[in-house]
Formats: sequence, C-alpha cells, structure tokens
Amino acid sequence: MKVSITVNGKKQESDVEPRTLLVHYIRETLGLTGTNVGCDTSSCGACTIHLDGEAVKSCTILAVQADGTSLTTIEGLAKDGVMHPMQTAFMENHGLQCGYCTPGMVMAAIGLLKENPKPTEDEVRMGLEGNLCRCTGYHNIVKSVLAAAGAK
Amino acid sequence: MTITENKPTSVIGTRLLRREDPPLLTGEAKFTNDLNIPGALHLSVLRSPYAHAKIKSIDVSAALKIAGVIAIYTGKDLQSSWASPMPCAWPVTADMKNPAHYPLAIDKVNYVGDGVAAILATNEVASRDALDAIDVQYEPLKAVVDLEDSLSDKNVIHTELGTNKSYTWPLLVEETPGCVEEAFKKAKYKVKERYVQQRLIPMAMEPRAIVAVPQPFGGDITLYSSTQIPHILKVMTALTLGIPEQQVRVVAPSVGGGFGSKLDVYAEELLCMALSRKHNAPVRWVEERSENTQATIQGRGQIQHVELAADENGKITAVRVRIVGDMGAYLQLVTPGVPLLGAFLYAGVYDIPKAYDFECTSVFTNLTPTDAYRGAGRPEATYAIEMAMEALARAMKIDSFELRKRNYIKKEQFPYVAFSGLTYDSGDHLLAAEKAAKMTDLAGVRAQQKKQNVPGATKLLGLGMSSYFEMCGLAPSRVLASLNYSAGGWEAATVRVLPTNKVQVITGTSPHGQGHETSWAMIAAEKLGVAPEDVDVLHSDTAISALGLDTYGSRSLPVGGVAIALACDKVIEKAKTIAAHQLECATEDLQFANGTFSVKGSPDRALPLAAIAFGAFTAHNLPEGCEPNLEAQVSYDPPNFSWPFGTHMCVVEVDTETGAVEILKYIAVDDCGNQINPLIVEGQVHGGVVQGIAQALFEEAVYDEDGNLKSSNLAEYLVPAACDVPSITTGHTITPSPTNQLGVKGIGEAGTIGAAPTVISAIIDALSGLGVTTMAMPASPQTVWKTIQAATSGGKK
Repeated sequence: MKVSITVNGKKQESDVEPRTLLVHYIRETLGLTGTNVGCDTSSCGACTIHLDGEAVKSCTILAVQADGTSLTTIEGLAKDGVMHPMQTAFMENHGLQCGYCTPGMVMAAIGLLKENPKPTEDEVRMGLEGNLCRCTGYHNIVKSVLAAAGAK
Repeated sequence: MTITENKPTSVIGTRLLRREDPPLLTGEAKFTNDLNIPGALHLSVLRSPYAHAKIKSIDVSAALKIAGVIAIYTGKDLQSSWASPMPCAWPVTADMKNPAHYPLAIDKVNYVGDGVAAILATNEVASRDALDAIDVQYEPLKAVVDLEDSLSDKNVIHTELGTNKSYTWPLLVEETPGCVEEAFKKAKYKVKERYVQQRLIPMAMEPRAIVAVPQPFGGDITLYSSTQIPHILKVMTALTLGIPEQQVRVVAPSVGGGFGSKLDVYAEELLCMALSRKHNAPVRWVEERSENTQATIQGRGQIQHVELAADENGKITAVRVRIVGDMGAYLQLVTPGVPLLGAFLYAGVYDIPKAYDFECTSVFTNLTPTDAYRGAGRPEATYAIEMAMEALARAMKIDSFELRKRNYIKKEQFPYVAFSGLTYDSGDHLLAAEKAAKMTDLAGVRAQQKKQNVPGATKLLGLGMSSYFEMCGLAPSRVLASLNYSAGGWEAATVRVLPTNKVQVITGTSPHGQGHETSWAMIAAEKLGVAPEDVDVLHSDTAISALGLDTYGSRSLPVGGVAIALACDKVIEKAKTIAAHQLECATEDLQFANGTFSVKGSPDRALPLAAIAFGAFTAHNLPEGCEPNLEAQVSYDPPNFSWPFGTHMCVVEVDTETGAVEILKYIAVDDCGNQINPLIVEGQVHGGVVQGIAQALFEEAVYDEDGNLKSSNLAEYLVPAACDVPSITTGHTITPSPTNQLGVKGIGEAGTIGAAPTVISAIIDALSGLGVTTMAMPASPQTVWKTIQAATSGGKK
C-alpha cells in the first residue's frame, strides 16, 4: 500500500506491506535507526516518536494508519547542529547511560512537557510510566525533565 | 595517598559531561541491530515449548516451501560444525558435572527456549513465518523445577551424568578443628534462617543482536554482537568453532546495557558464525523480548540456609551457610562460579574469628540457565548476612544498628586479613553507617515511628539498613586460579601520543553504558597534562584493542582504568628520556607537570610534551637506542580485589490493608575510594539501587510446575517504571584503595548489593509490631498482605 508520511519535515512516499508496523517503517524503510525496539508488548516505550506533535509508541500503530500524518523521530529534534533543550537537559543531568531507552524517553519527555509545562516530580514520574529504563534508576531522567521544564 | 605523581590539572574528580551522550541522544549511535549489512540472511531459532522432552521427529518440509526460506538445520544436522560443546570457563571443582551443551538441542530439550532448529531466510519475516511451519514431535518428560526436588534425584535431567548435582564446593575455615560446631554449642544467641533468592531476568533494554560477516576467500570472519565481552568471545568462538583465532574479529557496537546477561557465549553467536561460513553470506539474528526472557541467562536462583552464633554481647563467633544453587539446564560461561563469588562474603563487613563453614551445592533444573547478573553472588551473600543480623538483633532485642556497630571491622584494623585469608584493603564502615544515619535522620524516623505505629494503625513506618562489602575488580589472576577459573583477571591498555599531541587510549574494557570513554579520557588527561577532549578512547573491537578481558564484576576502573594510568606513566618515562636528551640533562633532573618537562630549579629549560611527541614522530633527534613514537602498552594484573563498601538505609510505609509498600526515603552512602567522575559514580549507584529495589519489591521469573515461564515479557515481568521507585539520596565517604595508584574501587554493582536487604529489613521493621519476622521477595502487595495475615492470625493460614 502506498503511504505518504512527512518525517522530520520531509515528505516520504513509500509502498509498504499492510502489516508493517510504523516502527519497522521508520527503521527499515526509512533507515532511521535512532528509534529503538525493546519489547514485543508495547511496554517499554523505546520506540516513542511524535505523530502530529503527540508522543506515541510507534509499535502500536501500522504504517498505513500514519498515512497523511507528520512524524518527528529522535533524528529530527536537533536543529542546525544544536540539540533540543530536552536532549541538552539529559546530557547535563546524566539522564542516560547505555542510551537504548533514551530516544523514546526524550520523545516521551517532550510530549509530557507539552501537556504539562511545569510538572512536579511526581507528575514527571507518572508521565513517564510507559517508558522503561534499566540503567539510571530514573533519578537523573526525572532530574533532566524537571531541568528542561525550568529552562523553558 | 596522592592521585597522581604530578598534578598538572584537576580533571579527575570533576563532573565532566559524558562524550558518549550526543550520539546516543540524537539517534546517531549504532546498536548491532542498526547495522546495515547488505545481503545478510536472517536467522530465526525454533525453541522448545517444553521444559523437558525427547525430540521424536522434526519435519521441516512445509517450512522450506515458504518463499524466502533458504535452509533449515536441526541440532543433528549441525553436529559436525562444532569443535567442542559450548564453553563453561569455570569448572569450580575437579569433579564438577557439566553436560555437553550444543547451540541446538540434539535428542532432547531441557528447558523452554532450548533451541531446536535454525532457519535461514532472505528476510526476517520469512524466517519467523517458518517457525510456525516446522512440525516437531516431542515426548514430554517430567520437568524438574524445584531445587529441593532436583537434589532428590527423583528425576534426573541429564541421565548420562546420573545425578542432578553439578558440584559441591566447600569453604571450611576453622582455627581449630571442630571450632564452628563448638561455637554454636557455646553461643548465647543463635539464629537459623532460610532465604530464597528468586530467579531474576536481567532485562537489558537492548535485546541481544548479532551479525556474522564472513570473508569467503580469506577465511576471516567478523562477529558484531551486543556483548560485554568481545575479547573473551573471540577466544571462545574460535575454540568452539575450530577457527584459527587470528581469523576472528569481534566488534561490540553500541551496547544497550548488559548487567551480566551479555557476559556469555551464546548459541546464537555460534549459529550465526557457523551458518555464515556454510552459506558464504552474512547472517544476522535479533532477539525478541519474549525470546530474551527464555534464551538469555537469568540471575540469582538460590536457597540459602544461614546460621549465626554470637556471644552475650552479640559478637559473632561463627557463621554456617548451606546454599543450593540453581544452575538451570546447562552451565553457561561462568554459571557455576556465581555462588563462589559470594562465598567469602557471608560474614559481611564483620570481624569474625576463623569459624566459617560454607558449602554450596549446585543443581540442574529444567529452566533457563542462570549466570552472572549484576552483583553475581555478592547481593545474595549480603542479603543473607544482613537479614541474619536483623534476626540476631531481634533475638537479642537490641537495635540492629547497635548490633552492627559491635561487629563492624574497625577502621584501625585495615588492611584486614579476613578469616578466609583475603585481605580487605581499606574501609571505615562505622563512618559510612553514621553518615547514612545522619542523612536518614535516624532519630527523627524512630520518633515518628513511635507516634505512627500505634495499635490499629494501618500505615506503618519502617526503617531498614544494610552494610556491605563488594568484593570486586575481578581480579588477581592467581586468586582466580585458586578458584579454578580458566582465565586471568588482568586488563590491558595502550596509550599513544600522536604527532600533534593528541592522545589515543586503547582499552580492553568494553563499556555498555558506564561511560568509559569519558572517564578513561579523564585519567589520561590528568596524567599527561592534556585536555580530556584531546584524548580519544578506542575499545570494543578486537582488531583495534587486541588484548583485553572486558567489562563485568565492577572491574573496569580498578583494573582497566589503572592499566591506563600505568601506561601513561610508561609514556611519561619514555618522553622523559627524550626530554633529557634534548635538554642535555639527566632524567633525574627533570620534573613533569602541566604537560611540560622542566629542569628542576631552572624552569626556563623546559620542553612541552607536544614537542617531544612530534620529536618522537620525526625521530630526528632521539637518544641512542630510543625507538621512535610515544607509545606504551601495559597488561596490569591487580594485586588484590577492590573492596568498596557502604551503608544504605531506607524508610518505608506499609499499608497493612493492601500490602502496598512505599519507599519514602532511600539513602545510599557508598565508598568507592577516589572518584574519577562523581556524576558517573552517582548514576551507577542510582541504577544499581533500583535494580536491588526491583528484586525486593517487584521482579521474579515465575515458573509453573511444568517449567513454563509465566513472566515472559515486559507486560508480565515487572521492571519498575519511574513512578514505582523513589528518588535516591546519595552520599559518600572516600577511603582510597591503597592497592592502586588512583586509589579507586569499583562501583557498578554496589547499589544492587546494598538495596534488597535494606528494603526488606525496612518492611519487616514496619510490621514487627504485628509479629512479622520474615518477608519473601519480591514483597508484592499480595505477599506482604498474606504475611501480615499469617502473622496476625497466630501463624495459621
């Protein structure tokens, strides 16, 4: 099936099998491997992207369902060689270790602040419930998101 | 203790941001499954749905008809592909039983997930579709799931061995024969406890992924794998496949966490390599999460019987421990050694006489093999001694902190030769514990507890603690030899100053989240007097870093980092001879500071390292016999383990009506000696603590009586999310290690070691007024509620 999806500001026309998950379209058809896959139950959130500005797990929808939408992946966040403030906040607060959950975590965190620009620590923790990290114990992830909220 | 001979800059000890981060934050970093290898065939592995069964027949004819499927192999088909069975590098006793273990099962499957057939297809979808089309007839056998059932040998798994027992490993240390028994007879107080270390799934966020790329006309083969151990893997795959070692190159690209689960030689690595050579094409495999929970090693899995004898003051007079270890179906790389890593730590941080009787018996079960998982043996040991100390304090009706104070090895006793003969290089347990108590506001919490924990209250406050030693920094090679480990414990480093005064550090460590590139650059920058950004750190590719023993056991800094410092020293020594030659003075007359050699007393007669590096490159004016270039290589074998220690405390509130446990405060005071980068140290502690909390409250690999894993994905296996865990307050004391020039100790596993007993002792403390004295892990709301019910109904169910 033909799909037309704007990805990181660029319109992409592709022919995909109907059963293709959006995450596989992003990784395999477009070669954007920054979006990771960490589970098979939509539990881990490593594949979180923005679909029309909203954070979604890209393993939960089919590529054909995204026809006509606009996506942002982790590769589309930095502008002119400058990282997004959320990326900078993660770096400055050691919010990542192995980095595998990080792209999804960053996308989810940006989505969280969009809905709630000045969250409390508890709100950040609740807001990131769908994204798992095995390295950081979340401490510095929460700190990063709070720092990004303060920096806005 | 000085950090370095010369103190040119102060890079060490600063919170330098990680250079690893930008590629990881922007999606640029390449994990193994991100590698684009044209023409790669896709491997899928058909896995046994039975824990224990004979394979009657395998019919692949229908699967072979699926478009894209190239070939399908069974265990029998590949029998001649292996020069030897899969390796176990730790035959802990001479008579250890080790069943032959091949990448695919041959006549019989021994756990759910055991490989049965390998499918090669031109694409992933076809290879997975073929899984459903293979018809395997099994004859199910009785599964052995329970450790005590396994010990009985009622059903023997590996019939050729005649028993389910793999080995018994004793460690009996007695001042005089029979003194342990005597101590127990004489003891004023005795406790006898039984603890279960549930099986855990390491669950690194990146599932395993592999690509083997052969070079059909040269015979070389490159293995890309999400591994912690590229160097060990190179040797082991060469031996297992019968390939000359020099033809094997192993690369670990970005690796998404390991926690021990990627410290192994796996069936899929061997299958990818063997099949890529058979088909003269690259072969790739990527693990699904529900496959990961069965086909990647699990951790823990022990039943512990612990006894303490104490005199009238609570001073411990003897320790007796009996362990049953769950090996799973086969022995993986270091499976049998895991209980041994804890064997020396069942006296914890306490000063005990030579009256120690430890014995571990390890058995096979029809479950996924176990192996090293963060802490490997040491969290188990620390849990047992710390919970037993809590039990002893209850028996004596004294505060457990007070009991610990009476038993801590005192600061002035270090270096302390323990009952076992091991030397604990440094420590100050009381200082760390008192700091933790202060940060926790111990007195305030106790006062609040009195107010809150009144009869009828449903929200009860509890305070828990544990003090630990982490025996890490694996390890002095001679000690490993005495434990029958097949390899050494050294680490290699090369330091090279390039003509333009930029520095290359090549390390044998293999990071997967620990930030070695940043920390190792800091060490070299400090030593050589250059900026950290001028230091490049190369690793995790055996073609670049030829020598190394990789990353596990909190060894990377105390062994690998120290090797880098030593290589820098060698570089400075060589540079000094060149400087002396060019400045026309004796080497003894020179001093090195801020990246410059100068003649003592005449600072104007000086040469910067930059000039020497360029001079060493042109080789126009070198002293007689001096080789060109500024480079040094070191293989460093540490003289001792590293002994980080600390005390953790936490405050919990337990809801007696729901069984829910909330951690209100978690304090971790850790001492890892000098810190290279405190930012990274804290990160390691945070993550470690949460993995320990996860064992205490959430996680368990749950099996049914037939050996089926009931928690086989991330929807069922409860890895905590951000909202499930508290923020962690870290503190530290600094007791530099006297055994290495950096004064450093490991920190990767400390958090995990300290956390589980801290949380469980807090829950028991909260419920002590209700008569609760034990708490199984994970202390889920259901478990807590049931334990309360059992205690309050007088022990009746």
